[in-house]
Amino acid sequence: MAFRSHVLVCAGTGCVSCGSFDLGAALEREIASRGLADEIQVVRTGCQGFCAEGPVLVVQPDEVFYCGLKTSDVATLVEEHLLKGRPVRKLMYTPPSAPAPVPKLSQIPFFAKQKLVVLRNRGLVDPERIDDYIARDGYEALAKAVTELTPEEIIREIKLSGLRGRGGGGFPTGVKWATCRQAALHRGVEPVIVCNADEGDPGAFMDRSIIESDPHAVIEGMAIGARAIGARQGFVYIRHEYPIARERLAKALDQARDYGLLGRGILGTKFDFDISVVQGAGAFVCGESTALMASLEGKAGEPRAKYIHTVEYGYKNLPTNLNNVETWANVPLIISRGAAWFASMGSGDVSENPWNGSSGTKVFSLVGKVNNTGLIEVPMGITLREIIFGIGGGIPRGRAFKAVQTGGPSGGCLPATHLDMPVDFDSLTAAGSMMGSGGMIVMDDQTCMVDVARYFIAFLTEESCGKCIPCREGLRCSLDVLTRITEGKGEEGDIALLEEMGAVMQDACLCALGSSAPNPVMSTLRYFRDEYEAHVRERRCPAGVCKALITYTIDQALCDGCHACVTACSTGAITGQVKYPHQLNQSLCIKCGACLDACKRNAVLRA
Amino acid sequence: MPRLTIDDLKKLREQAAGTITLRSGAARARVTIHMGTCGIAAGAREVMAALLKEIEAQGVTDVIVTTSGCAGLCSREPMATVELRSQAPVKYVNLTPDGMVRVFRAHVLGGEVVTESALAAGCETTG
Ligand SMILES: Cc1cc2nc3c(=O)[nH]c(=O)nc-3n(C[C@H](O)[C@H](O)[C@H](O)COP(=O)(O)O)c2cc1C
Ligand code: FES
Repeated sequence: MAFRSHVLVCAGTGCVSCGSFDLGAALEREIASRGLADEIQVVRTGCQGFCAEGPVLVVQPDEVFYCGLKTSDVATLVEEHLLKGRPVRKLMYTPPSAPAPVPKLSQIPFFAKQKLVVLRNRGLVDPERIDDYIARDGYEALAKAVTELTPEEIIREIKLSGLRGRGGGGFPTGVKWATCRQAALHRGVEPVIVCNADEGDPGAFMDRSIIESDPHAVIEGMAIGARAIGARQGFVYIRHEYPIARERLAKALDQARDYGLLGRGILGTKFDFDISVVQGAGAFVCGESTALMASLEGKAGEPRAKYIHTVEYGYKNLPTNLNNVETWANVPLIISRGAAWFASMGSGDVSENPWNGSSGTKVFSLVGKVNNTGLIEVPMGITLREIIFGIGGGIPRGRAFKAVQTGGPSGGCLPATHLDMPVDFDSLTAAGSMMGSGGMIVMDDQTCMVDVARYFIAFLTEESCGKCIPCREGLRCSLDVLTRITEGKGEEGDIALLEEMGAVMQDACLCALGSSAPNPVMSTLRYFRDEYEAHVRERRCPAGVCKALITYTIDQALCDGCHACVTACSTGAITGQVKYPHQLNQSLCIKCGACLDACKRNAVLRA
Repeated sequence: MPRLTIDDLKKLREQAAGTITLRSGAARARVTIHMGTCGIAAGAREVMAALLKEIEAQGVTDVIVTTSGCAGLCSREPMATVELRSQAPVKYVNLTPDGMVRVFRAHVLGGEVVTESALAAGCETTG
């Protein structure tokens, strides 16, 4: 019998980690015990984007969104909503500062302001069922590409769409494909295509989510690319920390092979193509094109100088076309709906030259000090303000916005004066940051920008492969200087030293890991120089973060001896008699700030 | 499953499309069965089962069936509301499984309101 309702339970990594598998099982049990098993289907989807509120689910066709669910909520949900048709308000989402819960998915600002192209199937298809994907017009674009279009026509369409690489560099995809195809024809060898699913940026999970929620979109995009470039062999290079994504991808590949959408004679034509999955060990540098290809060959994942491009001599010296997961996932819709449709979204005019703008959408993982964290997709050219305050719902606990970090570890930090800047490849680069692969970390006024720069430089120091000196030594030395500054031991001249090292690294490093590594320092120096100077000259951390530079004291006039700080302090540094002002012993204080949070009378001071 | 040709792909898409229509909310019509305690006691579940069976038998993929609470007219349950896209909803009362199937064929598929079991066209407004 046909189902009258579908319960779409998120089975993305975020929701799985807060118990969505148990929730799904409990739902199925409850539905069965109520005799509804023939009427209501429980479907497990990929990440629905609102990970902060997980586990989440949507009841369709009513379009009601539930979040923060526990298995103990299941009985009420099934009885009230699924049996009696009365949506359960107390399990719905209430946006910050909204007076009441919002039942419908399309009315929740977090969802309503997004534009889904790459994530069009998120929460709608079961990623483990190819028929679901096909029902949403899946593989229609591949059918068109193998029967109606020549390789040149496919490449022309991708060029005209203005699609630029979503993995970091923003290189026009159509131009890359054309070069690779030409190189292969010229040399008379077979090219290879690769999908970069290494996703090494800390805190980023766009690519993982795309694969988890819609693996066939990536597979179809690659098959179309293979047809255009002339490849018969493709790889997906994916990090081993992504078990759910790998499993879903493997299943999807098997299903596509069973249907003849991969393998020999695809869709009854003469086109052959197949994809193998290769696991990376999770080194950040292995996301870089030449290091990735070395790793694919089974060698150490170290980059090489790129005076010879990988589109000419890449994997095993074959012409190799590397694109990011999200880039590939954009391809099917461009082919089925046309370049003009794609180019109509975004900023700039790409009709003459893809470098003249940023078309389409971009997926971001929105994290940090923002109310709604999660995975979002927005049109290129949207402002930072619309993302952070519209979709993100602003900064928690009414604090002030300080900066947003975009572009991953080697991206940059942009201050409040840039909130109305459009988010596209060229605007971000001009502002000293970059698009990167789409990480977006929001910071509030309790963030120290020197400490932030130190954090990213520490990450890059760990991840530097060590092959070239400017990167290996430049990072190590930058980290020493930054650490010194945050410990209150900064010296006059340190800032100039950081700038000098940054300039050398930008010029002299072997690969883009090193040459972009100074960005976190350079961009924070550009916008928050006074904070560096306060650390060095005044031995002061304006944000109150660097422990060596702050002291906590108790204002004897304000303290009423409530004892809350004594209870909160884990080292016993605070003593005093109830109802009398308390004392803080500096030699025991570890500067954790627990007393400050615990005090209701603002008697704890930080300086 | 054998390897697909272009035509097979098209067929598969048409077959599978119905399940997805339900999830994306793009449907021709919506039938709401009122499932308050009163409705269930009067046989609303059997009415719903008959409706779902008929939809399946006819191979219809773009009609949504939902439930809702008591419609406020407990003495005339089981009740159902039929909404065709861009038309006023119609409430049906005292439905039996067979009656529901008749309403489905005549009204949902045929566009003809079954006047003998229709309560009234239109719907209370709220707010
Ligand atoms: C250190 C470093 C790490 C990178 N990591 C990734 C990554 O995790 N995923 C990715 O798609 N691209 C990454 N890139 C960019 C790739 O080198 C390459 O530009 C990209 O995969 C090309 O695909 P696109 O044109 O579709 O963006 C990285 C680059 C560098 C320098
Ligand atoms: S994992 Fe469930 S919403 Fe992201």
